[in-house]
Amino acid sequence: MPTDSATSTTPTGVAVSVEFGRLGRAFDPSKPVLADVDLRVEPGEIVAIIGASGCGKSTLLRIAGGLDTQTSGSVSIDGTPVATYDPRTAVGFQEPRLLPWRSIADNVALGVPRGTPKATARAGVDRLLELVGLADAAGQRPREVSGGMAQRASLARALARSPGVLLLDEPFGALDALTRLKMQDLLLDIHAAEPTTVLLVTHDVDEALQLADRIVLLGRADGDAAATVLETVTVPGRRPRDRGSAELAELRASLLSGLGIDRHGHARGIASSTTIPAFPY
Amino acid sequence: MTYLTDPDAQTQVVVSDVGYSVSTRSQNDTGAPRTKGRTRLTNRRWFVIVGGAILPVLILAAWQVASTSGLVPISQLPSPEMVWLAAVDLAQRGLLGLYVAISTQRVLLGFAIGGALGLLVGAVVGLSRLADILLAPTLGAIRAVPSLAWIPLLILWFKIGEESKIILISIGAFFPVYTIVASSLRHVDRHLIEAGRAFGLGGVRLFTSVQLPAVVPSVISGLRLALAQSWLFLVAAELIASSMGLGFLLNDSGQNGRIDRIFLAIILLALLGKLTDALVGLFEKWAVRKWA
Ligand SMILES: Nc1ncnc2c1ncn2[C@@H]1O[C@H](COP(=O)(O)OP(=O)(O)OP(=O)(O)O)[C@@H](O)[C@H]1O
Ligand SMILES: [Mg+2]
Repeated sequence: MPTDSATSTTPTGVAVSVEFGRLGRAFDPSKPVLADVDLRVEPGEIVAIIGASGCGKSTLLRIAGGLDTQTSGSVSIDGTPVATYDPRTAVGFQEPRLLPWRSIADNVALGVPRGTPKATARAGVDRLLELVGLADAAGQRPREVSGGMAQRASLARALARSPGVLLLDEPFGALDALTRLKMQDLLLDIHAAEPTTVLLVTHDVDEALQLADRIVLLGRADGDAAATVLETVTVPGRRPRDRGSAELAELRASLLSGLGIDRHGHARGIASSTTIPAFPY
Repeated sequence: MTYLTDPDAQTQVVVSDVGYSVSTRSQNDTGAPRTKGRTRLTNRRWFVIVGGAILPVLILAAWQVASTSGLVPISQLPSPEMVWLAAVDLAQRGLLGLYVAISTQRVLLGFAIGGALGLLVGAVVGLSRLADILLAPTLGAIRAVPSLAWIPLLILWFKIGEESKIILISIGAFFPVYTIVASSLRHVDRHLIEAGRAFGLGGVRLFTSVQLPAVVPSVISGLRLALAQSWLFLVAAELIASSMGLGFLLNDSGQNGRIDRIFLAIILLALLGKLTDALVGLFEKWAVRKWA
């Protein structure tokens, strides 16, 4: 049984390092998902994890948050092993996972560390709702708001924890292009004000280039069953970055090719059929 | 885009900067839905009440006709008036109020005890895998015992007092609540529980913030079921061993051939059962609005 470890260490909001050492995870011993993942994330760094669907990005993030345990190797935060549901981390899940019977504001309040004075907590929640543009929806229930709004509420809930390590699993996946850009800028603003360590899973190479100090490409090397770190790229320049710079365009092309997409946007290894299948499909 | 419409014409010409098209449709297709801005008949309060009363009134009328026309002998089917007079007679002797009160008290006590225990044991079995392994098979076996089988044993142990009846009713109320609470707690969305834990909830706090609210709607339907069972078990208990109450009235009247009183007892049971169920229904409405 996982222990209620929130009382042992209180999250401080000071950025801390995360280190994976030869980490492996296999749900089924014959089919490992992750193997030999080596990665050190410095305090205050933003690292984006990209990789094909199903390669184990969420799994890696969950292990870092103590929601899942590795089958081999180690993972530590600030030099000490990750605890079950480690209170030094906050997770923005891939799905919003809001409590349907609570208002948006009360859902965000769930993220506030316990022991925070009521008035401080209330003010913090209000400020976060304002930041993610949900001040007007504060009293609404999750089923009354759109998917994108729910995802922003989920992000606000994670931020409310002011964690040492922020673990975000495709936090902007359900947002339209404009809101997505706004939320990216918001994340950077928050990071500039309170520089926590961020591990961010994304499908979007441009998002990774815009937000991250480093980009980690997770995937299977030829012939391997399990995914591992294929490539680590340090993104040049300081944030905010020019979304159109030539240097980034070059990096983008190389990352896309790492994901198996060629320069013309075609997927490699997937035969493109030009004929329409005949009737009995 | 410009719409040129003539309300009387069946032909509609739609002109746009891309081109124009002519469509022939009936006017109903183009107009707004007819019911817009009006609540549907089936959603209206008076209609719900009147609609629910139609069948009882029809039954009463048919009953009146059947019993007074001589179609069915009076000894088989008393007239509504006879049943009413039986009620007045019992009330004047001070028995009607007493019987209703004692039966209702037994049901409410048994329901409260059985329901509370069901909630408690259901929560323990639903939340703890160990308790599930240790308790669930035994409780399942006890549940399988038909209600009437308990009566001789309870009478031997507790005599014909109030305890034996209240215990029997508690048994009847316990199982629906226990079963539903345990199984719905086992099926609370794992993602939500994980999110709760990830944000530092555990133990009692996790239960009150995530698991309990998630099962409130099904717990209430369990309570409704338990209430119905309570009335069922009440009659079983009173039929066999009692000197007061609606079940006693049924049994006593059956032995004395007082068919009017049998009808009276059945009608009272229907009314009381419906009334208590409606009370739980009100509670359900409130709880669902608050939790779901
Ligand atoms: N609880 C689990 N039990 C068994 N297998 C699992 C479990 N969780 C994940 N997996 C497997 O691990 C692999 C990686 O899953 P994961 O969710 O980490 O992928 P992902 O990279 O986040 O994918 P996506 O980009 O689609 O979210 C998948 O093949 C999945 O089937
Ligand atoms: Mg994922």
